Parts: sequence; C-alpha cells; structure tokens
Amino acid sequence: MSELSPEFEKPLLKIEKKIKGLEVNPIKNEKEITALREKLSKTRRKIFTNLSPFQRVQLARHPLRPLFSDYLAGMFTNFIELHGDRLFADDAAIIGGLAEFNGIRCAVIGQEKGKTTAEKLKRNFGMPQPEGYRKALRIMKLAEKFSLPLFTFIDTPGAYPGIGAEERGQARAIAVNLEEMMQLQIPVIAVVIGEGGSGGALALGVSNHMMMLANSVYSVISPEGCASILFRDASKAEEAAKVLKLTAQDLLKLGVIDEIVSEPMGGAHLNPPKQFEILSKSLAAALEAINKKRNYSEHRYKKFRQMGEFKT
Amino acid sequence: MFFFIKKSEDGLWLKCSACNEITYKKQLVANSYVCAKCGNYFRIGGKEYLNLLCDDGSFIEYFSDIKPTDPLNFYDVKKYSKKLKEAQKKTGTTDAFTCGLCTIDGVNACIGALNFAFMGGSMGSVVGEKITMLVEKAIKEKLPVVIVSASGGARMQEGILSLMQMAKTAGVLAKLAREKLPFISVLTNPTTGGVSASFAFLGDIIMSEPRALIGFAGPRVIEQTIRQKLPDGFQKAEFLLEKGQIDMIVERAELKSKVAEVFNILKGGKS
Repeated sequence: MSELSPEFEKPLLKIEKKIKGLEVNPIKNEKEITALREKLSKTRRKIFTNLSPFQRVQLARHPLRPLFSDYLAGMFTNFIELHGDRLFADDAAIIGGLAEFNGIRCAVIGQEKGKTTAEKLKRNFGMPQPEGYRKALRIMKLAEKFSLPLFTFIDTPGAYPGIGAEERGQARAIAVNLEEMMQLQIPVIAVVIGEGGSGGALALGVSNHMMMLANSVYSVISPEGCASILFRDASKAEEAAKVLKLTAQDLLKLGVIDEIVSEPMGGAHLNPPKQFEILSKSLAAALEAINKKRNYSEHRYKKFRQMGEFKT
Repeated sequence: MFFFIKKSEDGLWLKCSACNEITYKKQLVANSYVCAKCGNYFRIGGKEYLNLLCDDGSFIEYFSDIKPTDPLNFYDVKKYSKKLKEAQKKTGTTDAFTCGLCTIDGVNACIGALNFAFMGGSMGSVVGEKITMLVEKAIKEKLPVVIVSASGGARMQEGILSLMQMAKTAGVLAKLAREKLPFISVLTNPTTGGVSASFAFLGDIIMSEPRALIGFAGPRVIEQTIRQKLPDGFQKAEFLLEKGQIDMIVERAELKSKVAEVFNILKGGKS
C-alpha cells in the first residue's frame, strides 16, 4: 500500500497498519492479528467485488500497479531491447525488442510509464511521441520479416499532445500503425495492463486477440477529458467513467475485446508474480489458438470489420 | 478562427464572419463559398463539398439507410439520443457522413464528405461503417476514392466503439491500397483527433484547404498540457505543409480540378 493509494483502499491501509503495529509482538498479539487478517481479507473482498468504473480507473493508474517493465522482466526471457525509429529519436515511452516467451521466440512492445519521478519524466509518463509509434512499427515489421509472434502491452494516458509531436505527425504516425498492424502476417496479441488511452493505445492494439486485465480500462477519452468537454464540469469524472463504458467487463460485452484476464484479489499490485503467472497462461493459450488460423491479417481485419453498432 | 454562415432573415443574403460583408447567396455559391471581399472561407457542410466536387447531377448517394443508435445509453448534459435527433433535424441527414458515386471532371469516383454541423463531424459507428462500405464499393467497382474531412475526431458518445472505427477504416484502406486504387484525402477546417489519426492521414495524396486547422490533439489540449501559448499559425495547413505532413494546399475553387488531375495521372480505376 502507498500513501498515494486511492481513497477506497484507505480502510485496508488502516487495518494493515494496525496489523503491522501488533506484529512487534506476534506471540502476544497472535489472536488479534489473526482476527484483523480475516477482517482485512473480508473488507478487501467486499470492496473489490463492488468496484465502480471510476475505482477501476484509479486501479488502472494505481501508483503500485505493475508496469510494462515488470511484465517484461516477469514473463519474458532473453529480452534484447531495440532502440529508435531510424528517423528522429528513440522514444523512451515505448519499450520494444526481441525476447522469448515460454521458450518461444517473439517480439514484444509496450508503453512504459516509469516508476520514480526521474523515470516518469524520461518515459514521458508513458505518452509516446510519433517516433515511439514509428519505433514500434519498425519492430513489428522486423517481427513479421522473421516470422515472430508479436505481443503488445498497452498502458498509456494517450499519445502525447505537444508541439513537437504535432510537427512530426502524431496523427499520421498513429494512422500508419493502424493500417500496418492490420496487415501483419504474424499472430498479434495485445493486452491492456493499465490505461488504454484512446488512439495512443489503439496504435499498439490492432490484434488477433485483445485482452484486458480485470482492473484495466480502455477508452476513447479519459473520464476527466469527457467530463470537461461533454459535461462541461471537470468534477464529473466519476460519472463520465460510468457512461463511457470503459471497463474490461463493458468492452467484452461490446465485442471489442476477446478476454478478461483476472487479477489477484485486491488488484495486480498486491501480488505481481501471481499476475504474471495468470497472464502468461492467457498469452500462451491465445497464441496457441491464433497459431491455428490460416490468415492472421484477414482474421484480424474480420474482427474489426464487424465492430460498431448501427441500424439499417 | 471559426467560419460560419449567418443567415439573414430571408436566407438569400449571407454575412461573412470575418469582414461582415454581406453577399448574395447565389454569388457566394458561385464563388465556392469564399468571401469575395476578404477571401474568408465560409464553413460549409458535407453536401456543399459534394456539390463542389461532383459533376452536376452525377452524384448518386449510397448507404443512406445506415442510421445511428445509442449503444452505450450515453448521456452528458443531454442524452445522446436527443443530441442525435437534434443534429438530424438541423442537418437533414441521419449522421455526419454522406457518400456515394459520382464523376469528377468526368472521372468516375467514390466520394464521401463529413459534415461538421452534425456533432462536429465526429466519427461514430455510422461514419466508420459508411466509410468502410464506400471503400469496399470502390474495390468492387475498381474506382478511386476521395473523402473530404471536417471533424473534431472520434464521437465520444459512442465510446470505445468510435475508437474502433479508426482501426476499421484504416484496415479497409489497406485493402484499397493492395488493389492499387488511389485515395485522396481532403482536409478542411478542422480535421483533428481520431479522424486525422486514421483514414484522413492515410491518403495517397493529402490535400488541405488554406488555413484549415489540422492536427492530432486540439490546440486547447496542447496548451493545457505544455502550459504555454502556441505559436501563431500552429497546426494550420500552411504549417503542416512546411513540416512535410501534407502534399499540397488547394484553394476551395480548385479542389475539383486538382482531384481530377491527380486521379487522371494515378489512374488505377475505371476512367
């Protein structure tokens, strides 16, 4: 737990603090500790089985939530990082390279928000510039050339809205990734591990199998953005989160994602190794299923082709 | 800078929002909706762009039966279903994209235009589906495609489904490219967000009207993020041309002939 934890986690924090205090003398306080532990898990269950959409947003952005670099270290071996877009720069908001997953050679790309303040600044809080998307595309094409399956990890507030990003064609960079990803002749598996922020997330998300961790979110706009633009009231973010239908559960119902990956009770941050194990199983199963498809790009296109709701 | 048409009481006279000059409507139309006095571009709708680009009487509308729903039961200060009805009443169209087949200076083409007056020209399921169907039609008929954009981006009221239209339209354009059929994207004021970050920036040729605002993020969002004022002319068509992001700036009155010229060289489709 962290002091920066969201409000709804505070009751848990309180109990944990109490337990810690009693643990100074574990033998004497054994009974009380056991009771509190039980209370802790009960309270946690109660909170986490009734999460509101906005609480999921808070979990997706939780300061202790595992980031892409954690999944990379926890689930992949022999990672070889590749840098740069060969055009302008190396964008640290996106990490990508070659690796092995369960002994299978692959490419892996994801957005990285960074943990420490220094790292967050270096990684631009996980908000890629055009060169980040162009680096990602370069690695995707490399994967295609050498017939490697591609895994992408999505965790971004969105593509960076800045002067340089506009000058260097942020819109074009995203658009090209959408078009090119759609055509990749390799299996593409994407997972939203935290925040799926609009076009900046989708630019890594055109996949054969799209999954979301149970407490991640994926949305056309942030609840805060929606609140200030549509509700004309920045304080309405909670309500905006509800109407936007941005939870994994919503997206599964809308046919936008293929799978919800469960999280340990209390969220991925309570037990990252467990989370890696759960996600590894899902990735392996998804890869096995997609490997059986004859035409990866056509399979991908058909999925997206039928998205949307209208009447005739 | 916003350009809009202020209707006089009888609707025959229009006032320029930049110089206040009052012009007879017929005259303005003849001048491609550009103020004869100050050169200001009046903001016009998708149908006006179709009139500007298509040979007289050649346009046949397609896919007009695709209508919007309210898949999320969305509301903000108003219900989305209500906003839709208001926009439909205001524009006389079911959604923000009108498309079909036409000839442009004699060249057969598939054409579509976004209408900014319909919820900011935003792309939801209907816009995405119609663009996809239009491009599929082009593939089937072996025709070139031209799309005129004017949009704030993805339609927030349809949430994630709007976002997915970006991938869908990009995907169908990849198919068009494989058939070696040309796609001209015409950007007008404004073209931003999920529209610029998908089909609008995937043109073989990208042309823009003068002074149009074009970008990924809107200027307000950028200013709030970087906490500084943006330089003059930032994200205007002229700026994008200088930065290498678009092929050319074309005066509104020249759009039609320029599109036909490009199609005549690229060929690719039936002529």
